[in-house]
Amino acid sequence: MNLKSTIIAASMIWIQLGLFAQDDLMNMISEEKPTIEYTDATFKTTFLVIGQSIENPPVGNLIFNVQHRFGAINSGSYDFFGLDQAVTRIAFQYGLAEWLGIGIGRSSYKKTYDGWVKAKFLRQSTGLRKMPVSIDYYGNIAVSALKWSEPDRTNFFSSRLSFANQLLIARKFSPGVSIQLVPTHVHYNLVETKEDDNDVFSLGAGGRFKISKRVSINFEYYYIISQQTREQYTDPFSIGFDIETGGHVFQLYVSNAEGLIEEHIMGRTSGKWWNGDIHFGFNISRTFTIKKPKKFMGE
Amino acid sequence: MKTKYLIITIIVLLSTSVFGQRYITKTGHIWFHSEAPLETIEAHNSQVNAAMDIKTGAIVFKVLMKSFIFEKALMQEHFNENYIESTFYPNATFQGKITNSENIDFSTPGTYNAEITGELTIHNVTNKVMATGTLEVTPEIIHGKSKFSIQVADYNIRIPDVVAGKIAEDVDIYVDIQLKELNKESLKSAN
Repeated sequence: MNLKSTIIAASMIWIQLGLFAQDDLMNMISEEKPTIEYTDATFKTTFLVIGQSIENPPVGNLIFNVQHRFGAINSGSYDFFGLDQAVTRIAFQYGLAEWLGIGIGRSSYKKTYDGWVKAKFLRQSTGLRKMPVSIDYYGNIAVSALKWSEPDRTNFFSSRLSFANQLLIARKFSPGVSIQLVPTHVHYNLVETKEDDNDVFSLGAGGRFKISKRVSINFEYYYIISQQTREQYTDPFSIGFDIETGGHVFQLYVSNAEGLIEEHIMGRTSGKWWNGDIHFGFNISRTFTIKKPKKFMGE
Repeated sequence: MKTKYLIITIIVLLSTSVFGQRYITKTGHIWFHSEAPLETIEAHNSQVNAAMDIKTGAIVFKVLMKSFIFEKALMQEHFNENYIESTFYPNATFQGKITNSENIDFSTPGTYNAEITGELTIHNVTNKVMATGTLEVTPEIIHGKSKFSIQVADYNIRIPDVVAGKIAEDVDIYVDIQLKELNKESLKSAN
């Protein structure tokens, strides 16, 4: 290498440095530390259709829900195809932590009060930690406030209670497709006859498919496993739309289930789709930000 | 032979001289604010990457869209899911230049007005933008501030008709960065 070529090489490097100053700067700030990227918005709301979805209320947010289910469509024109009757549940839910949500509700069906917790164990993520699914535990206690059917005999408060336990296992496959599996256990302290199951097991599957940026089709099906209940009742199947209207999400659906909580859905659904024994329903919600993010404190 | 070594030494010196002319931050603050009759939208991001070369006047930004924090969680979700589509377009970038760098003396502490032109990329759409701001030079840092406006339509961000009255068409963007001189230590701690 002689002097001349060295100088040429040197000046070329120098020119390059000048020319690519901007790109070079950009590269300098683009070296990213690998981080865990959590998957957001697997479903739009805390409800898949009528059952629970993997989503929890956001931290510091209070959500007011009104769930409304009309009577059976096959009830005919006298009942205006079910619109004359309705079952409603009014409820509040709150996000205590990113992984923990709690809620209370009251449904007109069997005059039932309920309280629940939903805790996240695993969060679907990519990047530094790869996790294929999100898993939540959901559990509730329901108290029926119906008058005793036989007030003369000794009645126990515990007879009013029923419980539900669920594992919610979900994966967002793409921005438009999310699938969820829901092994469910429901326990009734008191059942009608000695032969009836106190414990009903079922396996649910559901999903959502976005048909536009703001509208998705959701479906949900529970296969009742417990034999005696299976013979007496039907598997709940629901299908509907999630419609985002800017401020909140509006859900419209049809279902053969009349109940609004797990105890009334899994194991107490008697409507048959093929008989037109289906109900039109909707959920509306309103979110209140109770605890603001740090940046917005005191502003 | 001696001259050759001398030249190589000069090259090495020249290429290492980026230390001392480059300023960088990983914790810059960018926020935006838009007001409409029904809904005021504001979001803050305090993890902005930015770098400036005081010799060439080049200035660059890289902003992770998911790091914007909104007052309402639902708004933040909609911003990422529907408007910015941060799964597909995770970053916004700006590559530009200080056009009046001859008026700025980076070796003398003081506050200088700066004019900046460059290309802003949001939602995978690039537009030329111009902004004015101030650069406050201190012995330790360069503190840059700027405010400018963009039209969301310019970046192919569609506001659906149902919320058309709720969301403003133009957004004010505020920039506040404290750049530190790049040296080997800061590069190490930054990464």
